[in-house]
Formats: sequence, C-alpha cells, structure tokens
Amino acid sequence: MKELVNVSASPHDRSGRTTASLMLDVVIALIPASLFGVFQFGLKALLVLVTSVVSAVLAEYLWNHFMKKPKAPYECSAVVTGLLLGLNFPASIPLWIPVVGSAFAIIVVKQMYGGLGRNFMNPALGARCFLVICFAGRMTDFAVEKGNAVINGFAGVDGLSRATPLGIIKDLSATTSVGSAVSVSDMFFGFTGGVIGETSALAILIGGLYLVIRKVISLRIPLAYIISCGLFMLVFSGRGFDAEYLIAQLVGGGLMLGAWFMATDYVTSPITPWGQIIYGILLGVLTGLIRLCSSGAEGVSFTIIFCNLLVPLIEKMTMPKAFGLEKKSKKKKEA
Amino acid sequence: MRKDTFRGGVHPYEGKKLTEDREAITYLPKGDLVFPMSQHIGAPAKPIVAPGDRVLMGQTIAEAGGFVSSPIACSVSGHVKEIKPVLTVSGSMVQAIVVENDGLYEAVEGLGEERDPASLSRQEIRDIIRDSGIVGMGGAGFPTFIKLSPKNDAAIDTIIVNGSECEPYLTSDYRVMLQEGERIIGGLKIILSLFDNARGVIAIEDNKPRAIEHMKELAKGEDRITVRKVKTKYPEGAERQLISVVTGRKINSSMLPADAGCIVDNVDTVVAVYMAVARRTPLIRRLVTVSGDAITEPRNFIVKTGTNYNELIEAAGGFNSNPVKMISGGTMMGLALFDTNIPVTKTSSALLAFKEDPLDKVPTQPCIRCGRCVAACPQHLVPQMLMDAAEKFDNEAFEAVNGMECVECGCCAYVCPSGRPLTQAIKQTRRSILDERKKKAAAAAAAK
Repeated sequence: MKELVNVSASPHDRSGRTTASLMLDVVIALIPASLFGVFQFGLKALLVLVTSVVSAVLAEYLWNHFMKKPKAPYECSAVVTGLLLGLNFPASIPLWIPVVGSAFAIIVVKQMYGGLGRNFMNPALGARCFLVICFAGRMTDFAVEKGNAVINGFAGVDGLSRATPLGIIKDLSATTSVGSAVSVSDMFFGFTGGVIGETSALAILIGGLYLVIRKVISLRIPLAYIISCGLFMLVFSGRGFDAEYLIAQLVGGGLMLGAWFMATDYVTSPITPWGQIIYGILLGVLTGLIRLCSSGAEGVSFTIIFCNLLVPLIEKMTMPKAFGLEKKSKKKKEA
Repeated sequence: MRKDTFRGGVHPYEGKKLTEDREAITYLPKGDLVFPMSQHIGAPAKPIVAPGDRVLMGQTIAEAGGFVSSPIACSVSGHVKEIKPVLTVSGSMVQAIVVENDGLYEAVEGLGEERDPASLSRQEIRDIIRDSGIVGMGGAGFPTFIKLSPKNDAAIDTIIVNGSECEPYLTSDYRVMLQEGERIIGGLKIILSLFDNARGVIAIEDNKPRAIEHMKELAKGEDRITVRKVKTKYPEGAERQLISVVTGRKINSSMLPADAGCIVDNVDTVVAVYMAVARRTPLIRRLVTVSGDAITEPRNFIVKTGTNYNELIEAAGGFNSNPVKMISGGTMMGLALFDTNIPVTKTSSALLAFKEDPLDKVPTQPCIRCGRCVAACPQHLVPQMLMDAAEKFDNEAFEAVNGMECVECGCCAYVCPSGRPLTQAIKQTRRSILDERKKKAAAAAAAK
C-alpha cells in the first residue's frame, strides 16, 4: 500500500447537494409556469423564453471568455436568470429586447459586481426594471395577436387581453365589486393577460411547492411576503374584508412569481432566519403601498430590488443568538 | 413535550450497518507497541523507563507531565526498545516509547484483581482514575479525573454517559454497550458514588434500539440510573448539545459542563473507570472500529493501546482495493491519514478506508448565500459570515460574530452546495485566535 491517498481537513463527507443541482431544481420548478405561459400565449412566448435563456448563457460565456476567467464547473445560474427574465416579458415583446435584457442582467447586474454570489440585486429583476424604464410601452404591451385561439377560447372577454386584471381592479371604484369586473378564478388559474410567467398562480404555486419539498427554499420569505401583503391590503385598501379583492390582489400581477422565485433568490435575500421573515414582511408592506399609492397597478419588481438593498442591514439586525449565549444577551439588555 | 434533540445538525450517511452486528473480537498485537507521550489534552507525559528496561503489562511507563496530563501504562510485557519521535494521527511527530512485545503478557502484581469500590474513599477513587491514565475516549482525550473533580461536588446533579455515537461509521461505543454493558453500569455507579446529588443518564441515539433495550434491562433496579433515548442526528453526541437535550441547560465556550451541573463521559471511558477502580486495570485497551468500503471485512476490535493500525487493517482482511481516503475517527470530525504506520492511542475510535472521496464530487465554488450552513449549525452561528471574516484574516470580526462558540463539528462544510471549506477556515482562525490569546497571557504573566 504505497499509493497516494487524499488528505483533507474534516469533515470528510458531503451532502451531495451542489450549486448546479439547486439551480437545476429552480429551473424544474419554473417549468409549470413556463409551460402555462406557452400554452396561454402561444409559440411566440416559447421563443421569448428561449431567446432570454440562450442570450443569458451566451452573455455569461462571453464575459468569462473575454475576462479570461478560469474555467469552473457550470452551475446553471445563468439559465435561471434568463428564464426568470423571460417569464417577465409580455409575449408580444420584440425579440431584441430579451437579448438586451439578458445581457444587462448578466453583465451589468451580476458580473460587474463580482459574479455569482456577489451581486447585491436580483439580476433578472434588475434587468426588468431597467427595461421597464427604457421601454415602458413595450414591456407593458399585453395586447395578444389577433387570431390567438387559446386566449380567445379561455379568456372570452376581449378587454382582458389588453389590460392586466390588476389594472382593471385599480380603476374600479371602491363600491364596485371585484367579481363584476374580473374573474378571480381565471386569475388563479391564469386565463388572463399579463407577462408570460405571472398569470397562473396555480402553476407558480406548484413550482413553489416543489422548491419547498426539495428543500431549495424555506417557507419563511414567501409566506411572510404573501401574508403581510394580504394584511396590508386588508387594512389599507379601504374595502375592508373583501375576499375577492384580497385574493385578486394576491394571485394577480407579479406577486406570486415574485414571492416564490424572485424574493427567495439566495444571493440577494437575508441569510439569517429572522432576517428572512422581516425581509418578507417588508416586501409585503412595500408592495401593498406601491400598489395602492402609485400610479401603476404593479409594484413587485421595484419592491424586491429595493429590499435587496436593505439585506445587509437586515442581516446585521437579525444575527441569531449563538447556542448558550442567549441568556447573556438578555442580561445585557436588562443592564 | 420533552425535546429529544437540538436545533440544527445534519444527517450524514451512517454506514454503521457495515460493522454494528459483528461482535468485537480481541486482537493481540504481533509487532512492537508504540506509546506516544501525547494521547490526551494537556502536557505530554514523561517517560519513566529507559531503553532495555523490562516492562510488564499494566506497568506505568510514563508519568503525567503536569496537572492537566495523564500517565501512560504499557499494554503488554516486553522490553523497551527505544524512545523516539513517531508519526501520530494528527500528522505530527510525537515522542513515543516503543516496546518489543514478548508475547507473555506478564502482568504487574494485582492486575485484574477485584476490588470493592465501596471500600475506597472518594479521594482514593479519584487518585486511581488519575493514576490509571484515564482520559475521555470519545475523541477529545481530556483527563477524566479533572472532569470528576469539579469545584463543588454537591452542585453536580447529572452524570451523562454518552452512548449517542453520532459519528458515521463508528460502532465501537455500540459494541461496548452490547458486550460490556455491565461494566458501564458498574463504572457509572462508581462515578455516582462521588456525587451525592447526581443521577446517571445513559444517552443513546434511537438508531441503536438494541443497545437502548440492553442498557435499560441492565439499569433495572438502579434507582439513580436512567437510559435516555435521543434522536439520531449529527452532532447529537457533542457535549454542549447533549447536555441541553438531557437537562435543558445550555453552556457556551466560556463554561464547563460542571457549570451546568453536568459531567459527560463516553461509554468506553466509563468502562475504563470500572476497570481501573473495580479491577485494578489501567487504561490499556480500547475498542476500535475498522470500517469503510475499502476494507475487506469491516469489524470492531478490542485492542491493546499501542497496536499498529497496519495490523488492524490486516486483521480485517486488508484492503479490497486501493483506498483513496483513510480516516482516523469518523467521517465528520476524524483526521485524514497519509500513512497507516500509526499506533492506536487512548482516543483512537476508528480507522476508516474508502474507495472514493466525496470531496471530489463537490467542486469549490463561490458562496451563493443559500443559508444551508445557518440551518445546519448546531451552535446557531452564521458560518458564512465566519468564513467571510476568516478569509479576510479579520479576527476581530470573527469574534464579533461569535466565532469562538464554534464546536468544529463540520455540519456547515457538509451541507455547503458550493463545496466551501467552511469548517476548515473557521477552525484555522479559531486556532490563530487561541494562539494569540495564549501569547498575550504569557506576555502579561512575564510583565508581572
């Protein structure tokens, strides 16, 4: 026995979970929402998603190539970024916009700040907000091409294909019932207008459930986000306890996609357990505030990138108490 | 509801099936026996024999080198061949006494004779434990007599016998419980006789139902001893975690178990206490698990301290293929070996050999802040921040995020999907901080 053996410091075992496997799980969890988007908006939607993903991966490859980065095992994070960004486009978007968006997400938001794990802002959302500011009209053009059998067959009402249900609700007077203007069940299942990935709360919930079961995310951020947003709406919407209105607010717009897939982004959310709950609550309150007080009906994207900036502060405030030091810190407070 | 576990921890592959159902057999050494002078925490022992001397089984061949130290007894009879530095599990060279085994096992007078613990005073019992060279056999090697001599005997209300054996692959404690359970009860009764207010708790993880049943059977009729089932999770057997599970009290790095009214001893240590006090036998044997997928016939051996690891590998049928990794101890906290020409010491719990190295499969990548290390840390720290500080050599920041509370259990590095050496970096920084503290203390003492 004189072969060379590996020597390393303990521990000598690993759980087997890798970054690539986590990212792959996120991609799998996004499949229901993506499929529904394609089913709803047709092959054009598929083209948008593919363009986003391919250009994100390509942008990362080019960056690594020209910056002469050492070769590292591929971790699929650019695929997730590209797919998340793609799901945030309306199907009617001209294809050059996803290319610009993906390149911005990967190069400006992610790589320029140090690459994987170093970006302080969710790349997909950073890019989306950049695009919304630059191309506001195209990013919110939810008109569906004529002759789309799918949308006509399911949505039935022409008006829905033009504006998102949240926009309609926002313009309602406080006394008109929500049910008379939009179908809340259609909003839950996703037969409404909107960006490719956000319409079906059901498809997103299936993906979210998958992430929770696979232990990719914990329930802390999504639940804190959704519950606090619901409570905020309950108190401040001026409608009191209006179940249809509340459900429409929670399943409508980008809230579900944001809560399950964007806010839970590892890199840009707090690492401390209590920090995650506070972060979720902040998101919920701010989303509600923007939805009620701003001119638009939506607020998820800006809320999340704003709260991304607060993460270091939240972490500092929510450092967990070390085992055996809990009592000491209480004494300090008393003293 | 009683909590049977702590928050955090991980579930590594157990691998105990390989050896748990095979009886531990006695192995008698063939070659020379080697006794390193550092088999414990504290000052190295000092040899009291010279090359050429004839030594007997059970004879003390090295005396304690200070208060926190432990004497060493010879496990065979023979001649002292030489005293020279040898390779030990930690990779360092340590002064050691090499004894040529004459195969006669001629014992010192009285070795193995029964002695009634009730006839001894408390001080006598403590002295016997000290002079028998008993140290914590779970791995740390802290001299047991110091543990058993707290400032205030009356404040000790719980003696925990640690049979949780949460390290993967190890089954030596399990075999001790099944094969020498009576001695554990006997040893625990001796320890309990030192502390009037204490009760004895034998803590065993629930993946060892046979051991729990067996120990419960033996503890019947002992009104001061109970068997406590704890949840199977790594590191359930870590001292601080076990104390909190059994008593609900929490200690931190600046406290001793005695501050929480507890004393924690490994099952094999308790057996050693019994052997020393009731059978006049110093610590000269221990159980060693030889296991892993590169070992032909994995099993436990009852061996004499000083036996060469190579002999144990041979006794277990040798390697079935070239091992890629060899570990002394468990996979979570054991030490990787580059050579097996190493003696069994008082703290050697296992020798593992594997065909594959799981570390090869997880490349080291940037941290993605997934928070798995935070969820896994049994000390409720944020290993990600500790490593951040460690990488910047920022010892101040490291201490500010409670880095000194780390118990180096390895959970954070185990769960890290980016294969980051969290535990390793944290360990290194802790060492450097402890060194600095020592230097400062020494400088302060010199200034006085």
